[in-house]
Amino acid sequence: MKSGSSLQLPFVLIRPSSRWSRHDLQEMWEHRELLYFFVWRDLKIRYKRTVIGAGWAVIQPFFAMVVFSVFFGALAKMPSEGVPYPLFSFAGLLPWMYFANALAGATTAAVQNERIISKVHFPKLFLPAAPVTAGLVDLGVSFLVFMGMMIYYGAPLRMSMLALPLFVLLAALTAFSCGIWLCALNVLFQDVRYAVPFLIQFWLFASPVAYPSSLVPEKWRMLYGLNPMAGVLEGFRWALLGAGQPPGSMVFLSILMVLVVLGSGLLYFRHVEDIFADVV
Amino acid sequence: MPHIAIETKNLGKLYQLGERERYYALRDLLTKAALTPFRLLMRKGKSPDVRRYLWALKNVSIQIGQGQIVGIVGRNGAGKSTLLKILSRITRPTEGEARVYGRVASLLELGTGFHYELTGRENIFMNGAVLGMKKAEIERKFDEIVAFAEVEKFIDTPTKHYSTGMYMRLAFAVAAHLEPEILLVDEVLTVGDLAFQKKCLGKMGTVAHQGRTVLFVSHQMNQIRRLCEKCIWLERGQVLKEGPTAEVLADYEAAMAAASEELIERDGAGVKARFLRWELEKPSNGDRHMLADFEPVVVKFLLRVNRPIKMGVHGIGLHDVDGRMLWGTAATNLEFSPGDYELCYELPMLPLKPGPYYWHVSLYDHEGEVDEWHCIPNLVLATEPVTHFWDDFAGILNLSYRFQISPERRYSQETQREA
Repeated sequence: MKSGSSLQLPFVLIRPSSRWSRHDLQEMWEHRELLYFFVWRDLKIRYKRTVIGAGWAVIQPFFAMVVFSVFFGALAKMPSEGVPYPLFSFAGLLPWMYFANALAGATTAAVQNERIISKVHFPKLFLPAAPVTAGLVDLGVSFLVFMGMMIYYGAPLRMSMLALPLFVLLAALTAFSCGIWLCALNVLFQDVRYAVPFLIQFWLFASPVAYPSSLVPEKWRMLYGLNPMAGVLEGFRWALLGAGQPPGSMVFLSILMVLVVLGSGLLYFRHVEDIFADVV
Repeated sequence: MPHIAIETKNLGKLYQLGERERYYALRDLLTKAALTPFRLLMRKGKSPDVRRYLWALKNVSIQIGQGQIVGIVGRNGAGKSTLLKILSRITRPTEGEARVYGRVASLLELGTGFHYELTGRENIFMNGAVLGMKKAEIERKFDEIVAFAEVEKFIDTPTKHYSTGMYMRLAFAVAAHLEPEILLVDEVLTVGDLAFQKKCLGKMGTVAHQGRTVLFVSHQMNQIRRLCEKCIWLERGQVLKEGPTAEVLADYEAAMAAASEELIERDGAGVKARFLRWELEKPSNGDRHMLADFEPVVVKFLLRVNRPIKMGVHGIGLHDVDGRMLWGTAATNLEFSPGDYELCYELPMLPLKPGPYYWHVSLYDHEGEVDEWHCIPNLVLATEPVTHFWDDFAGILNLSYRFQISPERRYSQETQREA
């Protein structure tokens, strides 16, 4: 007879939710393939039944660039740090389009996967993480177009381009941090889904996408940096085109801001995660 | 005592009624905040909280040994699904705790994670991953799953083009290939077609023999009888009885039968005439509203007549629960003087596929409608199904048959002559 009491075996303890518990990192690691599958599904489904497929990833920023170039560049004579305006705005639209799509996707992630949430247990953080990750593929595709434009305008390759991955990471973290907040809020409040498109539009004009941040008066620059996308956009332009200042205090402020949003978002998401299945 | 696989202590779950449907709007919260002072003023000594709560589960303490297959029975809303949801960590308990020893897979629905735009192949991976399988594990079992589901030809077709049957088979197949240490199954294996249920149940049987633990919710007592050694009967969120399957089910079924008995005796006072009750002449399993064989059937309707009826017309119909009429007839020119009557129908057999049905009886006279009754309780057909094992191809009759293949004589003779 085996005398070992079952108490020695590893077990999962199920208890009422305490107010602020920690994310189970070990569990996320064990389930990491599921994140891969969520991303894979996002990519598979996104452009099914579309005629030009991933072409949409190019068309969106490209046409935005054309419109910006006509109205802000040619007509309004917006300054562009000595870089041709089309290049200038495309370098901003790359991370911006990525951010906007990832944020919108993350917001609806939990509500859209309501059936899975109510039938299976898994790390819910994967849900907003999936569109943020999947969006990187679109970003890569439109980046190729950008490279084409750089060749067309004869822009040189720079050492600073090596820093680009860091700013991509910052963009992804920004989208993820804001995304988990909105994702959790969207489960509880239907208003969020109406507010987000508006928020993104508003945010576009509050970020240096169509204009350089040097347009903002010096004394307001730090306040401006509280918008994490300001740091991302400045970083992208500096890395790709050498435009503007090398990353300074404004970018660091953005990073700090992202960490604050990320930390609080993780706490809030964890808190709401427990009741997801009861309210979605 | 075997090792314990699942242990719960005083598990409880409180639901706010209607919580599942609720979707807060910010406006509601603001309105509530604005109205709170008024509500405090208006309060009349009683609790201001008008929302209602329900303990879906209360004080549930159970122990399940490793390798046991345990059935959970109980009426709708008894807390069966809530228990599985807590054990599979979909939702948290409100109080108490549970310990689960081993890797858990929960099967509360078939095809969780399926997307209609994805192909069968893609959905196998998605569904498998959602149910907790590793990619390598899915790849290893892939061919087996496809063969099990019998969808080889359509494996690269988007599942939106699948028939319901194919879809269910594919979902079943993935589920049947799960290999957790503990499997929590809700009802899912009891929908759909019989052969597949058998296939999956067979698979689950072998699963348990390999030392795996299965917790199994079902309304189909036969499945529970066949599979489970032990049973837990939940009633209003609490464990009412727990023990060997035969004992628990005997009590449970007796209670269910008694509950349906006390349901109906219509009041016949004050009207011209009224149907009071209905029953089968020959009860099966002590239930006078259940039919479990293909023998001749006698159905009786008790009619109380208070005032004379002239030129009466009496109609009867048999319907399935979707309201489809399956059989109907009428008798005309009836005369009743006050008194109680038994209207009696003899049928050679009722070969309908298992499930609930209802009678609809009516009585009219020269002045118009006298009584019309959707008979309660339902007629329950509990015969063993003999038709196609996919519901899609089984039809509505559970008609037994003989089938044989023999050479067609004249044609064979002709071919022989020519040869």
